[in-house]
Amino acid sequence: MFSRDEKPSQIRLTAVQYIILAIFLLLAYGLWRLQVSQSDMYATLAEQNRIRNVPILAPRGKILDRNGRPIVENYRSMTALLLRDSSRDLNADAELIASGLHLDIKEVREKIRRFAYMPQYQPIYLKEDITPDEEAFIEAHRTELPQLDTIMAYRRLYPLKGFMAHLIGYVGEVSEDMLNQPQFEFYNPGDVVGKSGVELEYNQLLMGKNGSRQVLVNSHGQEVGKPLDEKPAEPGKPLKLTIDVDLQIAAEEALNGKNGAIVAMDPRNGEILAMVSRPTFDANQFAVRISRNNWNQLVNDPDKPLLNKAIQAQLAPGSTFKIIMATAGLQEGVAQDMHVICNGGGEFYGRYFKCWIAARHQTHGEVGISKGIYQSCDVFFYTLAEKLGIGKIAQYATALGLGQKTGIDLPQEVSGVMPSEEWKLRNFRQKWFAGETISVGIGQGAVAATPIQMARAFAAIASGGHVVTPHVTNPTDLPPNVIPAWNPPGELTIPLDPKNWEIITDAMAQVVSPLGTAPASQIKGVDLAGKTGSAQTVSNTLKAKMSASEKAKHKDNGWFVGVEPRRNPEIVVCALFEEGEHGSEAARVASQVVKAFVDKQRKQPTKLANSEKAVEVGAVWSESDETVEKFNSGRFVLELPTKGMPLAMAAPGLQ
Amino acid sequence: MSQNISFRDFDWLLVVFVLIICALGVLEIRSATTHTKFAGAHLKQIYWIGAGLVGMLVVSMLNYQMLLERVHWMYIAALASLMSVLIFGQKYLGARRWVKLPGGNHFQPSEWVKLILILAVAKYFADLQQRELSWSDFVKAGAIVGVPMLMVLAQPDLGTALTYLPIAVIGLFLGGLHWKQALVVLVLAGMAMPLAWHKLKPYQKERLVSFMEPDADARGSGYQVKQSLIAVGSGGIFGSSAGSQTHLAFLPVPQTDFIFAAFSEEHGFVGAVGVLLLYFIVLMRLTQNAQTAPDRAGTFLVMGVVAVLTFHILVNVGMVLGFMPVTGIPLPLMSYGGSSVLFMFLALGMVMNVRMRRFVN
Repeated sequence: MFSRDEKPSQIRLTAVQYIILAIFLLLAYGLWRLQVSQSDMYATLAEQNRIRNVPILAPRGKILDRNGRPIVENYRSMTALLLRDSSRDLNADAELIASGLHLDIKEVREKIRRFAYMPQYQPIYLKEDITPDEEAFIEAHRTELPQLDTIMAYRRLYPLKGFMAHLIGYVGEVSEDMLNQPQFEFYNPGDVVGKSGVELEYNQLLMGKNGSRQVLVNSHGQEVGKPLDEKPAEPGKPLKLTIDVDLQIAAEEALNGKNGAIVAMDPRNGEILAMVSRPTFDANQFAVRISRNNWNQLVNDPDKPLLNKAIQAQLAPGSTFKIIMATAGLQEGVAQDMHVICNGGGEFYGRYFKCWIAARHQTHGEVGISKGIYQSCDVFFYTLAEKLGIGKIAQYATALGLGQKTGIDLPQEVSGVMPSEEWKLRNFRQKWFAGETISVGIGQGAVAATPIQMARAFAAIASGGHVVTPHVTNPTDLPPNVIPAWNPPGELTIPLDPKNWEIITDAMAQVVSPLGTAPASQIKGVDLAGKTGSAQTVSNTLKAKMSASEKAKHKDNGWFVGVEPRRNPEIVVCALFEEGEHGSEAARVASQVVKAFVDKQRKQPTKLANSEKAVEVGAVWSESDETVEKFNSGRFVLELPTKGMPLAMAAPGLQ
Repeated sequence: MSQNISFRDFDWLLVVFVLIICALGVLEIRSATTHTKFAGAHLKQIYWIGAGLVGMLVVSMLNYQMLLERVHWMYIAALASLMSVLIFGQKYLGARRWVKLPGGNHFQPSEWVKLILILAVAKYFADLQQRELSWSDFVKAGAIVGVPMLMVLAQPDLGTALTYLPIAVIGLFLGGLHWKQALVVLVLAGMAMPLAWHKLKPYQKERLVSFMEPDADARGSGYQVKQSLIAVGSGGIFGSSAGSQTHLAFLPVPQTDFIFAAFSEEHGFVGAVGVLLLYFIVLMRLTQNAQTAPDRAGTFLVMGVVAVLTFHILVNVGMVLGFMPVTGIPLPLMSYGGSSVLFMFLALGMVMNVRMRRFVN
């Protein structure tokens, strides 16, 4: 028995001390392992934890017209994000968030649910392009709703109502397909790139380079203190187009409510002045994120609003092709003295071919080359086609740019079709039938051309045979290291005999005279010359079998290609009016554009001082004294303040 | 007896070391909470330490023999207070641990129960006279600690319940536990483990899983462990302060359970080992006091404090270093929190009480 004060075993007390020592040695070992042996690894982990690379998004370059007027600009847009790594119950605040951002509560819950199985670092994009008051809501609730954040991005601001939409194109997030293509290999997923139009063609120039900022962030992803390192973004370069906005407006208005396309080009150099395609689409829908519904609607629309018909519609050129025929016929010496009698049709290779005039129960009577053009007599050109044969026709048409891409600096141009014996053999493994040549003579049959091809061919013929490459940018407007997307050709020239040139262009001028096929399109005081075309979309035999309603669906396409003035023109306009029945309708459309061009040209002083140099001006003036009148003379050097100021404005006395 | 005591016998050396540890804690709390919503917590901590010092003085003046005489009343009061928590407790984060007192204060009885248990166990083993424990003694001693432990587990508060365990263990060990008995207990405990797993709450299971594999859910429950390891590891030998884990809030609530991680990051291996050394000195000083205690009860009492303190340090620092699962046990003297600070000082008061009476009899 022990007394109450019998001490516990000293050995056990000592054992406890050793146990405590062992525990502390274990803990010290743990510290050694973390802080000495593996401290480098943990230091790196800590760096990654707190230093974050935040991209600074580079704004895309503006798109400007030929006078430097902005067409496409950017605006700062905020996107509302829901950060999912802030360890908060997202659903709990969903109602408040939904009401603050004017979203449907169900939609917000649905999004949170859909993201439940995604990696935590991926934020939920709640709403793009939020309004200032929604942004204010987020700022005001920073502490209550730390999971709600915003990110700034520049977004494209495209002209409204699909103005110029096809030429400009649109941008979107780079797709996986694109990333696999060599020209996009340096892009990262999530980059916004051009997807069509000049946005695609000149993407590299417009895109700029994203910068980055190294920032210290806390565990909520909020930046703390000053950035450690900052590499500023290089904004994209502006792209100056050859488009004249004034003319573009006129063309857009001329084609409003119709389906088709207009191309206006400077025949002297190939600069595209205006390009319209209808129906159109609103590229601003693409600038944010297009909804699946809207996209499907655009893709499935039978009128194909995404197609740039100016360069992508391959259609029978109809009677506009007769100008190419006339060129071939005259240059080959066949058409000059050719006269036919038009009785509303004629028989070729055992088949009867109607002239369009027969539908009006009229005839053209005796027809020569000029009348053949301005009255658009089919019989004349059937005969000419028979005489020339498909080989010669194809030779001239190909030299004038048909059946091949024009090389314009826009993506997805199509080449059209210029049939020939070789073409048929190659594609159909069939012999060419001579009868097929007859249809080709009036721009039907297998011939298919785009509006841009027709504009180019007409420009070449009216300019005496000078074939240009259409383009929407000038190399001089591009930065020196950027190669234009079109190849300025070794100037292609088919020298036209001046006499032939006169015959064709004079006849084209008569098209808009009271004698011609488009008398209503004559503009007083404007030397408009052109050629109408009404191209069938289905063959006559097929049409005869159709019901009235089906016929209405397959109305003819109206064409008009016009130049101004008739020789060495300064503008060529090609108007395609789908289901416009007759070329005269298209002529009215085209003439509106030509009128706008001429009006603008005439209001603008043509002689401009070169502002790069000072201008020397000589002047004489009088100084009237009370008694004598004294004349002085002298020379002045004037520094011109602004580019493009007319010389007259710089003269003394004129302000 | 009480006339003979004098503050000359007060363990001033122990108090000095304890206050150094407290001061390091206050500085670290200040450093970790600046620019957060907890800013100013270090001032509150100083008030708690002040209150603790007063409490320590008061407790050291009462004769522990007198306390031991009345320990059964205290024990009944402890059980009643735990019961009241289960019935009236404020539910916070899914557990009832706090009782709201009039005047807006909260009271967490499970901390005070620890003190009473130390006294109760000391009293029980002091009254036992044989060198070897009988099975019935063993079961009785187990029940003294086991009943309140189960009540705390029911709150549920696994962490605090576990801190009762070392009180029983040290009592049994010093009370003459036979190794055969220890073996039986260990085997029984091992068999009970799968059953206990089923009883765990989902968040407790999660913590255990994340302890086993911290990378499995680095942003979820493994987050704290991982961030703690990064904080400690990136401290290196001499510590780093610029843009640290703690200051950038990667380490969650660094002023409480993870204060040692915050300290290790800022002061490195040298600082962290220094702190461990301070704790070790305190513990060695306490065991020395236990050896010089005037009676058996005094030894048990001081060793009870040693056991609780050691267990806290092992579990908390072990958790910070990734050896132990996250249990929510604070680091005594350093972690921010009134209950924990007061408990430590009152426990130290009892140690002083024993020490000052060492020359009595």
